[in-house]
Amino acid sequence: MTALVNPGLATELARSDEFNADACMNCGVCSAICPMGVDVEVRKLFRYVLLGMEDKVRAETESVFSCLLCKMCEENCPAGVHIAENVRTLRHHIVRTTFGLGEG
Amino acid sequence: MPLPTGEVIGILGDNLRLRKSVLPLPTRVATKWTEGLDLKRGGETVLYTGLMYQLIPYIEGLVQAQIKMGDSWMAKYTGLGRRVNRMVNVSAFMARPSAEERARYDQVPINVVHLLRRAGVEFGALYEDDLYSGALAYDLGLDEVVVEHAKKVHAAFKKHGVKTVITIDPHTTTMLRSVYPKILKDYDVEVRSYLEVLAEKNTGANGNGDKTSGEVVIHDSCVFARYEGVVDEPRELLAAAGVTVRDPQNTGRQTWCCGGPVESLYPIKAAANAANRVAELRAVGTECVTMCPMCYVNLSNAAGDSMRVRDISEYLREASAS
Repeated sequence: MTALVNPGLATELARSDEFNADACMNCGVCSAICPMGVDVEVRKLFRYVLLGMEDKVRAETESVFSCLLCKMCEENCPAGVHIAENVRTLRHHIVRTTFGLGEG
Repeated sequence: MPLPTGEVIGILGDNLRLRKSVLPLPTRVATKWTEGLDLKRGGETVLYTGLMYQLIPYIEGLVQAQIKMGDSWMAKYTGLGRRVNRMVNVSAFMARPSAEERARYDQVPINVVHLLRRAGVEFGALYEDDLYSGALAYDLGLDEVVVEHAKKVHAAFKKHGVKTVITIDPHTTTMLRSVYPKILKDYDVEVRSYLEVLAEKNTGANGNGDKTSGEVVIHDSCVFARYEGVVDEPRELLAAAGVTVRDPQNTGRQTWCCGGPVESLYPIKAAANAANRVAELRAVGTECVTMCPMCYVNLSNAAGDSMRVRDISEYLREASAS
């Protein structure tokens, strides 16, 4: 199995200081507490970003857009990850690169 | 099956870019709530709806149409629908709520007008310049479209000399208060929800605290509680109105989402989430109070006859009238 890696993905996504996927320590509190359950696993999405696995992020499009942005995970995250804003940033990336949308 | 995600986001973004709302409303529908209230046009302080309550019955109609389309042959023509929608407002034809349904949602801003007046607050309204905030498009990552739209909202504030905006729903509140300052230059509008304004006035519903007006289970809005820190105000106001507030298992800053934020893309998932939340609320009571139109509609639909859901403004208005 091969994976196409974009080593600059995390840097490309970091449009502001708010994007901090690299603060995630993969503890799983977010997964345990998420109202959407297994439909959304943000720690996995953030890992793909940090590894530069852009195709894997795209393959998780429904997961990215299934997030409620309710911040239940963020409220309970011990690492202070800006989960909602990170997910929104992934959406912005997919909207532009996969859907060809986003022009003002 | 849900409709293609990219096409649905495209339609919502096109509508905001071309028609100033993710789901465009005729001006007479958007401003119907102002009739007979004698609200001055503009001024330093205005009550701003962001169209959220007015939009909900239309969004509901659209979601039902989406569910039907998703299971039909029409799903594969969503892309074509998007192209047509750029020229003709197709979404407006798909959702046609009854006058009674629209009136139910219009009642919330009307309640808020009476509550603020009773608390001695002076304010105007922007009528046709009361625009949608762009909340859904921002959540979906349509940042460039939202920035352009936010400039139009800001221009409306400048045109009417607005310095302070009083909001009603949590989504408009967080957009105008926490998002616009990040995406607009020289934006310095003070934004407060009416719940905060009333709580600060310490009037509640104007002193019905010695009476008992029943017992409710409270459903906090995620956006109010976790984005904007509005948790104590609704409780203080309900207590002052003589309403006994019960908390469900997940409450306050740990509130459980109603599912509404994914309704536009994945309505089945939204409904499943709402059903889980209704079970938590039902364990505590059969009368539920909400403070967001999305929470209201999602929980109402999931609860059916098993639980009565009402907007907080109704309780406060009833107490102030008694």
